[in-house]
Amino acid sequence: MIAESGHYALVLALALALIQSIVPIVGARWRDAALMNVARSTALAQLLFVAASFAALVTLHVTSDFSVANVYENSHSLKPLLYKITGVWGNHEGSMLLWVSILALFGGLVAAFGNNLPLSLRAHVLAVQAWVASAFYLFILITSNPFLRIANPPIEGRDLNPVLQDIGLAVHPPMLYLGYVGFSISFSFAVAALLEGRIDAAWARWVRPWTLMAWIFLTLGIAMGSYWAYYELGWGGWWFWDPVENASLMPWLAGTALLHSALVMEKRNALKVWTVLLSILTFSLSLLGTFLVRSGVLTSVHAFATDPTRGVFILLILFVFIGGSLSLYAWRAPALKQGGLFAPISREGALVLNNLLLTTACATVFIGTLYPLALEVLTGEKISVGAPFFNFTFAPLFVPLLLAVPFGPLLAWKRGDLLGAAQRLMVAGIVALVAMALVFAWTYGGATLAPLAIGLAAFVIMGALCDLAERIALFRIPFSLSLRRARGLPRATWGTAFAHAGLGVALIGIVCETTWNTEYIGSMKPDDVARVAGYQLRLDGLNPRQGPNYREMVAQFTVTRDGEKISVMTPSKRNFTTRGASTTEAALLTRGASQLYISLGDASADGAIAVRIYHKPLVLMIWWGPVLMAFGGLLSLSDRRLRVGAPKPAKAAARALQAAE
Amino acid sequence: MTLWFVFALMTVAAIFAVLWPLSRRGRADSGGSEVVVYRDQLAEIDRDMAAGIIGAAEADAARIEISRRLLAAADQSGREEPVQGSLSLRRTAAIVALVGLPVIASSFYLALGSPRLGDFPLAERSRVADANQPLANLVAQVEAHLEKNPTDGRGWTVLAPVLSRLGRYDDAVRAYRNAITYAGDSADRRADLGEALMGSAGGVVTADAKAEFERAVALNGDDAKANYFLGLAAEQDGRKADAAALWQKMLAKGPSDAPWRPLVQAALVRVGGSVPGGVSAPALPDGAVAAAQDMSEADRGTMIKGMVDRLATRLKTNGDDVEGWLRLVRAYLVMGERDKAMSARADARQAVANDADRLRQLNEGLKTLGLDG
Repeated sequence: MIAESGHYALVLALALALIQSIVPIVGARWRDAALMNVARSTALAQLLFVAASFAALVTLHVTSDFSVANVYENSHSLKPLLYKITGVWGNHEGSMLLWVSILALFGGLVAAFGNNLPLSLRAHVLAVQAWVASAFYLFILITSNPFLRIANPPIEGRDLNPVLQDIGLAVHPPMLYLGYVGFSISFSFAVAALLEGRIDAAWARWVRPWTLMAWIFLTLGIAMGSYWAYYELGWGGWWFWDPVENASLMPWLAGTALLHSALVMEKRNALKVWTVLLSILTFSLSLLGTFLVRSGVLTSVHAFATDPTRGVFILLILFVFIGGSLSLYAWRAPALKQGGLFAPISREGALVLNNLLLTTACATVFIGTLYPLALEVLTGEKISVGAPFFNFTFAPLFVPLLLAVPFGPLLAWKRGDLLGAAQRLMVAGIVALVAMALVFAWTYGGATLAPLAIGLAAFVIMGALCDLAERIALFRIPFSLSLRRARGLPRATWGTAFAHAGLGVALIGIVCETTWNTEYIGSMKPDDVARVAGYQLRLDGLNPRQGPNYREMVAQFTVTRDGEKISVMTPSKRNFTTRGASTTEAALLTRGASQLYISLGDASADGAIAVRIYHKPLVLMIWWGPVLMAFGGLLSLSDRRLRVGAPKPAKAAARALQAAE
Repeated sequence: MTLWFVFALMTVAAIFAVLWPLSRRGRADSGGSEVVVYRDQLAEIDRDMAAGIIGAAEADAARIEISRRLLAAADQSGREEPVQGSLSLRRTAAIVALVGLPVIASSFYLALGSPRLGDFPLAERSRVADANQPLANLVAQVEAHLEKNPTDGRGWTVLAPVLSRLGRYDDAVRAYRNAITYAGDSADRRADLGEALMGSAGGVVTADAKAEFERAVALNGDDAKANYFLGLAAEQDGRKADAAALWQKMLAKGPSDAPWRPLVQAALVRVGGSVPGGVSAPALPDGAVAAAQDMSEADRGTMIKGMVDRLATRLKTNGDDVEGWLRLVRAYLVMGERDKAMSARADARQAVANDADRLRQLNEGLKTLGLDG
């Protein structure tokens, strides 16, 4: 009953989405308020039914109902409860259901909180949202139905891929999808604007917070995924330029550009057409990411060719939505009014530069990811484009971007003063040079590029602080007055400073980890001692242990430094009986921002075990950076000028603002 | 029935979601407008100026720009009030919802869903069907228990034969060894271990297996299983006379109602030894013999007949199997159906006529059965 009700709820959601795709558009065409309002109630009802459907699938996983094929293939009755729940989206069908659930959630949010949007804009936005939703409902029902049943249910499931049995699965995919799918809102707004043939101020005001929200989730999602790969895969790497990673990086780069161009649009009414294009591109890249990951085209072009139903269906969705929206753009964009003018040296100009660099960086990732696929399809030749390509193309684009980052907030709107900005950044420049010199002296004879990169990072961080100091007139007026001004600063300004500083923090982590990483790889017997970066790690012994659905071999290491015991680390190797697979559980010891990392290899017959030990200096800064960025985004989102979202009826809004103070 | 009721309720809710806004005519809320956005922006400039974020001149410039846009927007919004839509349009939309929703939903659901299948949550299933819980699940439970208590000899003793029956011979070998270690040595266990070793070697009595059977016989000279397999080992080594001698000794010493008698007799016939007490039932696979032990005479007859029939059908489609043909002919002879045996012989000859090697093998086999070529 639960399984079939969930299935039927999904079917009803499709039917509602189809109605929501058509009726509001007709309403907007004939300017009938009632028909336009259908969009709102159907969007909410759709959310209700998809949520019910998703809840049904979760229930089925939790109660181990193996009469549902999806549960049988991806669950096991002995799995801990948390992984029974996360296993729902740890597989293709379930993750697609999560995808549409989040899509419906965003549609529902627009419907619920869009009271202050012009009626026809809301109708158009929700209709476009419903087009995307209908396509994905059809995709799920026809090619990836999670509610298909087995008439004679087996008594035990096949278990979830052991690598996925980790807390990371609980956080990473939902975050990432909130990011991916969040961009569907700006996409829907862009297409709605093209359909309506005009972009008004309410449009700009809505797009920015939604983009920001999606961007925050995507940032956290990518960072979380990277940290998960770092500790779970056992290689100590945190970014592999793997196509799946690139698939999430591309929307992030485009989304970051969109965020900044939306800012120009909101404040200055300029770059309208470009913002619309970026909105379309960002969501298209999200769709592309979904296609790359979900069609199986990455595993092998040939595997894709042997079972093409899913892949072809997503390809069709891609084609219709990307091709359709871009054609619409080509057709309607010239009709949109161009916005205000500005001098090249201005805040707008800086943001355009940011957009240019980010989109170019995005294009290089795009080429590096898709070129091997295209080549394999056309010639059958298999090449892999790896880190060297990206390091040579991506880094040169990011260096000028990072150099320019501190200048942007210091330039005035419309007409800026570059020299003035440079003067105000003097302190940051000096700090950067000192940092460079210090690092160079300290690591004399080592890598030459690393001190430069550290200097650049210091410049970015100090630049963000300089901007703040400038705004509160630090040291120029009495300190107490500065403090008061700091409190009066819009939260968006703080957000900008945090997000920009986050870039520098991440850069420091990346440089330190890649340059001064030390490792020990060897085979150890009990009581052997390994020495890594001033730490002594003694292998105390190996003990077998029984987990709920696995057996593990736990190695115990005592970590000492200068004869003083610091901690005990217990990396392990787990064997999952049902799938006959094993995973390595790395042990991490955090010391400040640095980490010691141990992962186990295979045991040999004479009782020795292969061990990889890394010391990773300042590695955690790689993830603190994005967290800072997301925090900055959150501050910016909480800024009351944005929190209002779309305008409230004037009087109520004024009162609300007073109350907030 | 409840299910369809739930479906109907859900459909009604969905239809209601479409019809509700259509029914609410009259007060059409026109939504927000641009004007409000610009007013907010003007207010923001005042705030920024008060906080000292922007200068007075900049503030004035911004105010002028926003005011200009505000005027333009106010102009436009005056012109664009939504009109009251036509009733016919709403009626059409209502009909689409009333008819379209159930049609779309039911056509998709009936094609994809399985409305007749109830839920099977695991908790309920194990409560209801405890007695006939599948073997694999029980085995998993016992294995999990033994993983935590590896010295539980009784557990290993229970688990080992089940593993053997399931065909997990390698695990069975380990289990028997553990049983011998923790629950004590015995002829039965040694013989079973040998059998499991044989199973993992694909039915060949390896040196390891033979060693185990010899140990079993050393512990108990009358252990039927060990003796039988030692005979089989001899047969596989080509020492047919030794095999026959061993088996004849077994039949002579063993009780007359021993369940293994038919098996040994058939084996004896195979190696060409004379059977004390005449020919009995044909050879059966081990598992079947074990099953047959618990049956009444009539049931056993039916079971044997069923197996023979299955063999005959299989050979009709795949006639290459000389061993199979010989087994069939022998079975008919034992069951006293000489006519069928003769016709099977003819079929066999026809089936392998194109293959000289097989034909020779067949003829030799038939000769040992006493049906001359």
